[in-house]
Amino acid sequence: METRHVGRPVTRNEDPRLLTGRALFVDDVELPGLLHAAFLRSPHGHADILGIDTAAAKARPGVVAVITAEDLGEYWQPGPLLVPPPPIPGMTFRQRCQVPLARGVVRHLGEPVAMVVAESRYVAEDAVGDIVVDYAPKPVVGGLEGAVAPGAPRVHDDLPDNIAAEVVQRKGDYAAARARAAHVVRRRFLYDRGASIPMETRGIVASWDAKADRLTVWDTTQAPVVIRNGLAAMLGLSERQVRVVAPFIGGGFGPKMMMFYPEEVLVPWIALRLERPVKWIEDRLEHFVATTHERSQIHEAEIALDADGRILGVRDDFLMDTGAYNPYGLTVPLNSQCTLLNCYDVPAYESRFRAIYTNRTLVTPYRGAGRQHGIFVMERLLDAAAREIGLDRVEIRRRNLIPPGAFPYRNEVIYQDFAPLTYDSGNYGPILDKALKAIGAEGFAQEKAAARAEGRHLGLGVVCYVEGTGIGPYEGAKVRVQSSGKVTLATGIGTQGQGHFTAFAQVVAEQLGVDVRDVEVTTGDTDQFDWGVGTFASRGAVVAGAASHEAAKAVRAKILKAAAEHFECAEADLEIADGKVAIAGVPEKHVTLGTLARMANPLRGAVKPGTEPGLEATSYFGPEMGATAAGVHAMVIEIDPDTLRLDILRYVVVHDCGTVLNPLILAGQIQGGVAQGIGNAFFEQLAWTEEGQLLNASLADYLIPTALDVPRMELLHTVTPSPLNPLGTKGAGEGGAIPVGALFAQAIEDALDLPARGIEITEIPLSPSRLWEIVHGGD
Amino acid sequence: MKPAPFEWHAPASVAEALELKARHGDDARFLAGGQSLVPAMNFRVAQPAVLVDLNRVAGLDAIAHGADGSLAIGAMTRNARIERDAAAAHSHPILAEALHEVAHPQIRNRGTLGGNLSHADPASEMPAVMLALQASFLLRSRRGERAVEAARFFLGPLATALAPDEMLAEIRIPPLPARTGTAFLEVARRRGDYAMMGVAAVVTLDAGGVCTAARLACCSAGPTPMGAPRAAATLVGTRLTENDMTAAAALLREEVDPMGSVQASPAYQRHLAGVVATRALRLARGRAA
Amino acid sequence: MTQRIPVAVTVNGTTHRREVEPRLLLSDFIRHELGLTGTHVGCEHGVCGACTIRLDGAAVRSCLIFAVQADGHAISTVEGLAPERGRLSVLQQAFQDAHGLQCGYCTPGILMTVSAFLEDNPQPSEAEVRHALSGNLCRCTGYQHIVDAVLLAAQRLREAG
Repeated sequence: METRHVGRPVTRNEDPRLLTGRALFVDDVELPGLLHAAFLRSPHGHADILGIDTAAAKARPGVVAVITAEDLGEYWQPGPLLVPPPPIPGMTFRQRCQVPLARGVVRHLGEPVAMVVAESRYVAEDAVGDIVVDYAPKPVVGGLEGAVAPGAPRVHDDLPDNIAAEVVQRKGDYAAARARAAHVVRRRFLYDRGASIPMETRGIVASWDAKADRLTVWDTTQAPVVIRNGLAAMLGLSERQVRVVAPFIGGGFGPKMMMFYPEEVLVPWIALRLERPVKWIEDRLEHFVATTHERSQIHEAEIALDADGRILGVRDDFLMDTGAYNPYGLTVPLNSQCTLLNCYDVPAYESRFRAIYTNRTLVTPYRGAGRQHGIFVMERLLDAAAREIGLDRVEIRRRNLIPPGAFPYRNEVIYQDFAPLTYDSGNYGPILDKALKAIGAEGFAQEKAAARAEGRHLGLGVVCYVEGTGIGPYEGAKVRVQSSGKVTLATGIGTQGQGHFTAFAQVVAEQLGVDVRDVEVTTGDTDQFDWGVGTFASRGAVVAGAASHEAAKAVRAKILKAAAEHFECAEADLEIADGKVAIAGVPEKHVTLGTLARMANPLRGAVKPGTEPGLEATSYFGPEMGATAAGVHAMVIEIDPDTLRLDILRYVVVHDCGTVLNPLILAGQIQGGVAQGIGNAFFEQLAWTEEGQLLNASLADYLIPTALDVPRMELLHTVTPSPLNPLGTKGAGEGGAIPVGALFAQAIEDALDLPARGIEITEIPLSPSRLWEIVHGGD
Repeated sequence: MKPAPFEWHAPASVAEALELKARHGDDARFLAGGQSLVPAMNFRVAQPAVLVDLNRVAGLDAIAHGADGSLAIGAMTRNARIERDAAAAHSHPILAEALHEVAHPQIRNRGTLGGNLSHADPASEMPAVMLALQASFLLRSRRGERAVEAARFFLGPLATALAPDEMLAEIRIPPLPARTGTAFLEVARRRGDYAMMGVAAVVTLDAGGVCTAARLACCSAGPTPMGAPRAAATLVGTRLTENDMTAAAALLREEVDPMGSVQASPAYQRHLAGVVATRALRLARGRAA
Repeated sequence: MTQRIPVAVTVNGTTHRREVEPRLLLSDFIRHELGLTGTHVGCEHGVCGACTIRLDGAAVRSCLIFAVQADGHAISTVEGLAPERGRLSVLQQAFQDAHGLQCGYCTPGILMTVSAFLEDNPQPSEAEVRHALSGNLCRCTGYQHIVDAVLLAAQRLREAG
């Protein structure tokens, strides 16, 4: 399809504001009389609270309020459960949601115990230091295996054990598959905790305007509409009375989708109570313990194959650390469970997971959201199987790819969107071919040998992945032509840097024949649009993009109808371009969109019955299920065998996310995803003590990659449009991050010839120090 | 992460600064570049009641080059300036080489050598370099002044020989003899991070290529910057062959006492010490010839 | 009794006079006393680089300096980069053209770092650009487009003489 805007590398509409320091972020909100909140947080992983003395804090000059759980009265409620679990037969789900302020017990480091509101953040922090809490520390549930051991201490005393959920899902008959397998390979895999670390921490400003009878809340949330609705309900206000604005957000990556964080419950409440605006900005130290984490899982997995290396079945049993509470339901483990099947034709699958309560910060989805683990397990199993069978690692993958004619491909197990997992479309072979060619796989053995002769250790990694994206339920968009001829688009999702101000503008400009710069996009302001779910699961461009497309199409129809009436001609004779509607072949017979917009909003006279004013339309889009993107990452590393530091010499991503809206933005999404994947694979690991203390709660100690750690990448694409939405798009936000752990493990094994030495890499994250232990047999 | 309140003084002279420090003693901290102290204050790990800000004190930021090739660096000299000082790069190239590993350009623009050394973080690069260069530190107080050798200055993690009323005023680095090669090498997780292991090596050769003097010092290798005198001593009289260096590195590995960190186990650090020492010696030997 | 110190700080050419507590961080002074919120705060311990400003020309972390220390000094921030309202500087334009930002939170600090860097090194290699950027963390972009933007800006600045 010939397009003018969609698919072009349009530079971003939002950039001038961001580049000149004029973009509004939450901490930029200044209001007269603004107060500042700070939180006293648990210094323990697990402890009973015997008493709290706030007298000194209350007496400190500049302190306006000191709030503990006791002060909240009826407002103190756990929860809510954000994502109820899908109905899977036989499952166990024990809901224990987070509380606004700890009452009687703290269950993780950083859990809020008291809130101070003061004239400045400085004074608020002083007063936090004045509060005396009498804690009685309790045994800490830390490691996953310890958490399920008999007699383990319990995170929630009212539960019989630490099991938050147990889910078994099956496809086909794994036992039968195993029985006829020529090879069965079994391994244990570990994946440890990391944090998303957006450069902007969380923050919230709440302001009650008594005269307008309204509360305005600026929040770093990925889901402003849901926050608005929830706050209205909690505070006993009507939805009209609450406006939630998610302005420019400094990165989200998933944890800003979590709700309700305690601070989101408390700051609006106290602003309403004091009738003064209140701001809370999470500092980086708080961020490490108060914003959700992800990734701790332990898998026991086996793969059954026939003599030719064709997969007969996979069985997996894993533990997943859900932290102290589980408001996000089962999204992460279900993603792990489903994504493990990857791009392969797996006829039989049996998977059990147990989500485990621990005395650690809550776990909610972070970019990749459990998909990493599934991909890591499957890709590592295939590598081990290839060695056992004597097959090339690429060949074993190629033999098992789902063939292009098999789509839609049904995996049967229930996905996070409650629907049986079905891959909508795909063509995986060409992705693999392209990646192999670009990385130079054919000549790599020679390259490796030549380097080795010079004492250099090169390794190649090639791994495949899929990513379930663009899930429902729905998003909406409202498009309007203004009397100036410029166009506005509003949607309910929040935006955290994904380029929605441009990508959605392209979609609208395509339909309405206007310049992309003339489409003003508003996201995340419930006064502009207040239906929607949020930005997560690589769904913004897919679902809100499709809604924008539908709304723009509806406006286009209105424009054509109005112009046809104006010119007294047939709609088919009209062309829309350059902000004008003209009669085809008679360019001097034209009318601007602005004129049509004014004509559609008459101030006198009469209109036909049933006429809607203006050139405006609102549309909603809800896909029946998620669209499945796919890709291959390939990498050549050089590792120093003495220090075990490594350099990435080449990195190739081949990606299929269906129709591309903006290749510039897509490239940025992928590169950023890979960077986070590299961090996850080789730099980032939260280090805990047995007492539940976090040893590296600073950016000097928790290492996110710098410009020197992320290589230049070569990005290539294949395009298999999704049949599930009108644009044919699939999501791309998380794919970059998903396969990197598996890629590192494979490339490092290759570079150091570890399998020949009887060593395999079965864990992520790695580090030079950990690699040294692995290579030298320490544990 | 806002600092606790403190009383701030910004004296204009050393005498005034020393007077203030004498008056407030351990309640006061000197504020130099602030690149270690202010983060600690923002975390409220450090809560000094009084800050004596040295940034307006005159006469503490000179780099003096002696005719003999020695260096005297005022304690408040910003690290970026030392890194860019052409004469220092000529007389003591290890300074710029090591400073390049100290955090990031923005930190070096503000951070000072005296502040870095007074902070005495055993993971920091510059204390080890000072040890290897046999630097001495001029300490001043209202009571007078004294020179303390680097080897006697660093007493433990964040602990120095500075008395409560004393200031590190000047860093004095002796000249390097002819045919001396130096190298600083480290292994860190990311550039700019504290090293998991760093080694400063200084070797002097005679005209025939025989090593006449050698010094080795390591960072992130113990509670203080760690010299390795036994390893260095074995090099003297040798021609610094690969075997000589490997043997010295093996000894150095026994002389260090790494404490481990979130990034590196002590065993790995000890292993790295040998690897990095060998490489640093190789580089220094090449530069000495 | 809280000590209050009068300061006069010149920011982007305008001198501002205030009385501040000694503990007020320069980053907070710029953002909340002066309302120049383009300078962002990402860690308050000197690692992320989001708060980088130029103090008497040198790129420094504004979270590691007290506002009282800036008395009598000249500061420049991201708000001072553009030649006039509605126009971007060469550096800013290169960042838009190369898609050198996503969420934009780290961007002001990166621009200030790079503006100083390109004055020192107008013809940098990619490796030098990456070194120069190593003290500014970005969590969105993977840096590639930032590096491209800096190289593009350097080229355009050289061409413009």
